Amino acid sequence: MIEDQKLAKEVIARRIAREFKSNQIVNLGIGLPTLVANHIPAEINIYLQSENGIMGMGPAPAPGREDPDVTNAGGSHVTVLPHGSYFDSATSFGLIRGSHVEYTVLGALEVDQEGNLASWIIPGKKVPGMGGAMDLVVGAKNVIVSTLHTEKGKSKILKRCKLPLTAVKVVKMIVTELGVFKVTPQGMILTEVHKDSSVDEIRANTEADFTVAADLKTME
Amino acid sequence: MFNKLISKQQFADLLKDDMVLMVGGFLGCGSPEALIDIIIEKRVKNLTIICNDTSFPDRGIGRLVAEKLVGRVLTSHIGTNPETGRQMVEGTIKVELIPQGTLIERIRAGGMGLGGFLTPTGVGTVVEEGKQKMTIEGREYLLELPLRADLALVKGGMVDKAGNVIYHGTARNFNPVIAFSAETVVAEAGKLVEIGSLNPESIVTPAPLIDHIFVPGQS
Repeated sequence: MIEDQKLAKEVIARRIAREFKSNQIVNLGIGLPTLVANHIPAEINIYLQSENGIMGMGPAPAPGREDPDVTNAGGSHVTVLPHGSYFDSATSFGLIRGSHVEYTVLGALEVDQEGNLASWIIPGKKVPGMGGAMDLVVGAKNVIVSTLHTEKGKSKILKRCKLPLTAVKVVKMIVTELGVFKVTPQGMILTEVHKDSSVDEIRANTEADFTVAADLKTME
Repeated sequence: MFNKLISKQQFADLLKDDMVLMVGGFLGCGSPEALIDIIIEKRVKNLTIICNDTSFPDRGIGRLVAEKLVGRVLTSHIGTNPETGRQMVEGTIKVELIPQGTLIERIRAGGMGLGGFLTPTGVGTVVEEGKQKMTIEGREYLLELPLRADLALVKGGMVDKAGNVIYHGTARNFNPVIAFSAETVVAEAGKLVEIGSLNPESIVTPAPLIDHIFVPGQS
């Protein structure tokens, strides 16, 4: 287990960035998923979409160059690349619901072995709202959950989510600092294990049931 | 020929207690701050606000919540404004959380003559409670109904004196959509320009949708 959370998040972000191919539209959630943008290989040209109305989002502007009217869905100042565009929220969610977005990467409060996701509410404690998450996970072709494997020693990957769901059976892939799972109708499959971890360590830290892929790979 | 410019007082006269308002903005970006100032000054009460999010207590729509002028809000996110959560727990504000794509499409339906639409968003979650479900070609959808308002407050980047609007950057968000969906639409002009100075190819909101134009800094 990687103890340093910052390092663990970098491992996750680096792995997810390898999934994308040129010309795909990708939506990255706030927090850990945002780190994925730093690891996209230079030869891959994807379009980062931001649900507040950007296609082709670029990095944060240099200090002093911020435009108050150019922000991402988290409210942070961003830039738009020369091939980018702006649009209204209805168009933005048309892109999302209409399956034009290839990947959506987001965090989870809980995720389970059937691909159910809980990410928007802890009743009685935290009620921020779902924002665009429900549309994103239903509409995008591929839903990748990026999460630290455990929180306070407890598995984030459960047999069954207990919190109110964001969507039912939508998650296709789960990437943690320990490994990569594919979620299939037949169940969850461990496809990669981090070079400093092991199948045994993953079993000990995962509540969900899973099988190990015959061609199990090593994750850098 | 075109006389859409209104004064602060004329805008204040449009405001009534218990009104339903749609207000543009995404976490405060693209909100008509000068019109919001006038609402706060007039202190109309028990407003219903339809908006993407309740912003921050000191920005955009968030200020209406912080000033306790809002009785009900239909929105997708309240997490950045602790005041919305506090008033919700206290019972002084009713919050209806709606998935962002469903919210904007309900507004669009309200303005574009649609009786509703079918969306897969929310199926199998608390969002489906009380809604009609339909199966189309093997996939489940929720029937979502249109939304309309008494007044829509749009923030335009550049507005010409006829009411044509272009937007700047991500300040566009809900603005061009709400311009279709209210009885009266007021545009706050980031910059007011002469008729003919905007390229017709670039105009996002056509002039007849805008009833009134307010230029910040006017008395």
